[in-house]
Amino acid sequence: MNEIEKYVKPYDNNFTTMVPTNFVIKMRTCKIWQLIRFIMINIKMLIVVRKSH
Amino acid sequence: MARVVVLGGGVAGHTAATFAADWLGKEHEVVVVTPNSKWNWIPSNIWVGVGQMSKEEVTFDLAPVYQKAGITYKQAKAVSLNPEGNASSDKPFVTIEYTGQGKAGQSEDVTYDYLINATGPKLNFAATPGLGDANGLGEFTVSVCTADHADHAAHEFAKCIEKMKKGERQKFLIGTGHGMCTCQGAAFEYIFNIEHELRKAGVRDLADIQWISNESFLGDFGIGGLHMKRGGYAASSRLFAESLYSERGIKWLIGAHVNKVEKGKVSYELLDGSMGEETFDFSMLIPPFAGVGLKAYDKAGEDITATVFAPNGFMKVDAKYDAGAYENWKASDWPRTYQNPTYKNLFAAGIAFAPPHPISKPMSSPNGTQIFPTPPRTGMPSGIIGKAVAHSVCDLIKKGPDAHLHEASMAEMGAACVASAGKGLFDGTAAALTVYPVVPDFEKYPGLGRDLDYTFGEIGLAGHWIKHILHHMFIYKAKLNPGWTLIPE
Repeated sequence: MNEIEKYVKPYDNNFTTMVPTNFVIKMRTCKIWQLIRFIMINIKMLIVVRKSH
Repeated sequence: MARVVVLGGGVAGHTAATFAADWLGKEHEVVVVTPNSKWNWIPSNIWVGVGQMSKEEVTFDLAPVYQKAGITYKQAKAVSLNPEGNASSDKPFVTIEYTGQGKAGQSEDVTYDYLINATGPKLNFAATPGLGDANGLGEFTVSVCTADHADHAAHEFAKCIEKMKKGERQKFLIGTGHGMCTCQGAAFEYIFNIEHELRKAGVRDLADIQWISNESFLGDFGIGGLHMKRGGYAASSRLFAESLYSERGIKWLIGAHVNKVEKGKVSYELLDGSMGEETFDFSMLIPPFAGVGLKAYDKAGEDITATVFAPNGFMKVDAKYDAGAYENWKASDWPRTYQNPTYKNLFAAGIAFAPPHPISKPMSSPNGTQIFPTPPRTGMPSGIIGKAVAHSVCDLIKKGPDAHLHEASMAEMGAACVASAGKGLFDGTAAALTVYPVVPDFEKYPGLGRDLDYTFGEIGLAGHWIKHILHHMFIYKAKLNPGWTLIPE
């Protein structure tokens, strides 16, 4: 049973929300993909930090 | 020789004091007055609060760091300001009461040429009956606002896990303990760490986890929410937050003003005016913040507290305090220099400055109870403001009273926020967010109020690694280790 089937119940207050698919959840902990995201997020954050000073 | 007195040794005060000492050199004196003997990297208190870090890992002694920086350190709390001096002297001074250094309880008048008020907040537990009292945290709930509170929370949390391992079901209630709280982000991070640790301990199925907050929608975070690009859409943080809560099986209750805390139970009022109760076995509720209660007196000894401070106890600065209703709010209402309008040698930084108004839209129940988040001024904005104020003060000392003041409006700065769940390098995830600007500017960015190119968020291991790096980097910087000035706020 995946997380969605476990917790989302019809007409509960979480029934109308966007929930991640198993692929999205898997990618969150895929080390290669996350290394790429790590670089990208750092670049974005540095730009925001630079714009803020 | 000029003397700069900095009240407070948190993110804003420590940043202001250390940069001022660095820029002014030995020709001038920088004095820090803080009741604490230790510096605390508050974002990592979340990890302390679930037993994944010790409080020693998120704190360090201030005295040796200030000695290294040539800063005069007084472990004391500020009691009152005399910005015009008194009958016997025109020199402004602050009256302090020692809390340590072998002089606890003793008072002293510390004169200043410039004063930076960066006291941070008073944790106003007394605002909600049962949440605490004038002495602080009560006995029914826990807090992660200080390292000691977080350490206590970890012990209580460990007891719950023990009960669950014996088959006992437990209910966890996390969120805000009053209708006018800020720091929803800290509670948000804590609830996901609780969920993660329960999962790790193999007892998640025996846990009911409930969020309760004063936000009118999930994902408000005290900044009126935010939008980010997702799948070709500008998606609201509400979708982002609701998705995460749903995925982790956490129920939410929003628009709630907790008006009473008892053993195992909170009473609340919702925005629609209805009343309710929620039970718990373990509860971490963030208290509302207030100013630390500094008084101010003029030369004749008359009370001028209302001139220097706003009614909530935070110091008035160059903000527009008469903006009126939400519809009239503008980004330009927010302060730029943080200079007190009456006394030009007084500045405020971090939580200590009085914001012109909230960022989230004010709301109240039909009963007249105000229920909305107050504006956050912590973390990155706090550090940036502290540095800008220190820069202004140094220029005023070195270049004279006509020196240009440095500006750091929250309506023109961004903030990065990383809310991590778990502490292991490969078994946790984090929501990494940036928002630009912190205060939405609906004139510059009509509709959403923010720049979508610089406002983004995602969940994953990458954000978790960033959280680890931030922990070590900012403690390294706060200890003034080599190259500390190169690390941005």
